[in-house]
Amino acid sequence: MGGGVREVPATAEELQKSLLEALKDYKPQVEPVKGYIDIVVPVEHLVEAAVKLKELGFDHVISVGAVDYIAKKQFKVMYHVTSYLNEDLSKFMVSLSTYISRDNPHCPSLTRVWLSAELQERETYEMFGITFDGHPDLRLLLLTPVVAALKPLRKDFVVKEESDNIETDYEAFESSKWW
Amino acid sequence: MSEGSASGVPHLPGMEVRPVERNVYEVQIGPSHPGSGHMRIIVELDGDVMVRVDPDIGFVHRTMEKLAEGRDWIKNIPLFERMAILDACNITLPYVEAVEKLLDIEPPERAKYLRALLCEINRIASHLYGIGIFAVFLGHSTIYMWAFGDREVFVQLAEDLTGARLTHSYPVFGGVRRDIPDDFPQNARKAVRYMRYRLDEYAKIYLNNPNIRKRLEDVGVISKTKAAELGIVGPNARASGIKYDVRLVEPYEAYPELDFEIPVFEEGDSLARAWQRVEEIKQSLNIIEQAVDWLEKHPREGFMHDKFWKTAPKLYKDVYEGNIPYAGKYRVKLMPLFATLKVPPGKAAARVEAGRGEIFYYVESDGKDVPYRVRVVTPSFRNVIAFKYVMPGHRLMDLPTIYGSFDYFPPEWDR
Amino acid sequence: MAQAKQEQEGKAYIGNLEVAAQLAKESLIKGTIAKAVDWATAFSLWPVHLMTSCCGCEIGAAWGPRFDNERYGSLPWVGPRQTNLIIIEGTVTKKMACTVRITWEQMPFPKFVIAMGACALDGGIFYNSYNIVRPWQVVPVDIYIPGCPPRPEAVARSIVELQKIIRNRGVASKWLIEGVRKDLKYVLPKEDLCGWRGEGGASYS
Repeated sequence: MGGGVREVPATAEELQKSLLEALKDYKPQVEPVKGYIDIVVPVEHLVEAAVKLKELGFDHVISVGAVDYIAKKQFKVMYHVTSYLNEDLSKFMVSLSTYISRDNPHCPSLTRVWLSAELQERETYEMFGITFDGHPDLRLLLLTPVVAALKPLRKDFVVKEESDNIETDYEAFESSKWW
Repeated sequence: MSEGSASGVPHLPGMEVRPVERNVYEVQIGPSHPGSGHMRIIVELDGDVMVRVDPDIGFVHRTMEKLAEGRDWIKNIPLFERMAILDACNITLPYVEAVEKLLDIEPPERAKYLRALLCEINRIASHLYGIGIFAVFLGHSTIYMWAFGDREVFVQLAEDLTGARLTHSYPVFGGVRRDIPDDFPQNARKAVRYMRYRLDEYAKIYLNNPNIRKRLEDVGVISKTKAAELGIVGPNARASGIKYDVRLVEPYEAYPELDFEIPVFEEGDSLARAWQRVEEIKQSLNIIEQAVDWLEKHPREGFMHDKFWKTAPKLYKDVYEGNIPYAGKYRVKLMPLFATLKVPPGKAAARVEAGRGEIFYYVESDGKDVPYRVRVVTPSFRNVIAFKYVMPGHRLMDLPTIYGSFDYFPPEWDR
Repeated sequence: MAQAKQEQEGKAYIGNLEVAAQLAKESLIKGTIAKAVDWATAFSLWPVHLMTSCCGCEIGAAWGPRFDNERYGSLPWVGPRQTNLIIIEGTVTKKMACTVRITWEQMPFPKFVIAMGACALDGGIFYNSYNIVRPWQVVPVDIYIPGCPPRPEAVARSIVELQKIIRNRGVASKWLIEGVRKDLKYVLPKEDLCGWRGEGGASYS
């Protein structure tokens, strides 16, 4: 096991310091969050930082998620990882995140590094429209092609609630344009 | 044998001609099939052996992540429960924990024990449901009837505690919704005694049955490194030798003070996964006994954090004490402060061990009364990848054996 | 007297054979056979094994040992060709709507539909989701059960109500004898439900 995690990290702060030390070539930054450690790297160094994390012992991905910051015109793609086989690291969750632009969203795929990210990257692709370059099998997972074209989880696709004081649109149910 | 070459094949309207690499036969095991649930599995067969398996999921996708962005914080608790309606306390607990981290409050100790009690009751009910459905796929309908009958014992316990059979909505921000009724401890002890006796019966006619053993042994073997690479969770990972349980690595609620073990099997085949669930039920019964003992001994105060209980009107406190005739004692309504709760901005994540594995929530708030983003990854969703990488090489009749042993639940993986 | 009695034994007074046959046919078909067809249909409502969403847990419990529904004659059966009831439990998404419609079309007449749960009435808790449809646009529904999820006793009650409808209004016998067919005016055409599947049929999109 290479890198800077030589002593057993007892608290999250120690782990955060040793991770920043191990990833220092990739210009990492830390964002304040509760319940896990968030490390942001630029998108050019994402794959190399992921390979480094895998060497340190983080062997599978819990979640691949994206957040749409429409005001800043960016997507934030987060990979939450943890470890099964290394017992000292399995109590911590580390998130490797990156910011990509909203107008032409491309992100390198980390399926070659962590196989467990394969299906979740497909889901992020269909919900946000982010293309993962290098994914072996990028196609729709949960939605039909008609619905996926709306790119549903982006913030400019608005789902109206009853409390927004609108009348329920019953004509929309009758016509087949609802499909 | 024709390989789908274009010459000589008539092209009818609506027909698509695709070349295939070898002489395979494609079978779609669709949603309306006795051996499948709400999903479609596209299997390519070479004779009787599966060559490629592609899960086609999304038949129950109800877009909960998007709907959560439009509803108030407290209204999302019933919304997220509908993912795995059997396991309702475990599924919504990480959402409540993450929001409590953002609100910077911690529930009192009695609330923690109450949450742990309902979590274990739900875990037993969920495992029994999984055992029943798995058995009926194999053709053993006796265990389906036994498991659903025994499950009713625990669903009735949950109904006495929370008032609803399956959709409890029990953990809320700051504590729980209600306290236990007076006759709950003796009912719980009777249920635990009954279930211990029944588990021996299950072992006799189901797990040690030579027919079932022949179908389950050495089928769908997942080695320890493969399980870690695929990211399999829950009892499936523990049956492959990985000793990982969120209650052990990152204890939450009352689990640091409770005394229980994590059973681990080494073989990694379907029989080990079936035994794993039965062993986990035994451990959950121990936890219920300890929790009920603690709850009986300690005074009845602190089922809800003071920050919210202070704002409750006097009528609620009268009902709690039992001063109102014909109103159930200890049954209070929802605190009025929740309707206009505004959570301070921030990002938080939490995870909990549900019946089927580890569930993870990421909650982001920007100060309003609706969340900005909620990302939820359920355990069944992380097990879907095993369809693609574990099944090829087995015979077609091993397909229900393998995915039944994973304790699949499509509404959970589609969210 | 004895001779009259002797004449009566071993002989039957038939009268006009055509008129008697006509009267017998009318009374049997409109009376006894119709009632027998309705009675038999009511006590053999077999639901097909199609789980749509999360109310499936209460279906499993409703046909389980505590709330035994098999005593009404209904047995959950595997194939759509041998069943005559489809229970839509819970939310129907756009992907699942195509399946429900194809399964319903494969079932032989007379067939019945029960819509179970709040999501089957008008969307339930997911009323504004972009991925769901209303079941009354997919198949014609006979009975609605409110609840989220409805208790298994409510499911049993709905089977009993459906039996009463069949027997009192003679639904099965009218279909058989007079050729009354179901009213499909709210139901969407099949191209709208299944059109997204494309030419190949499989979802290799």
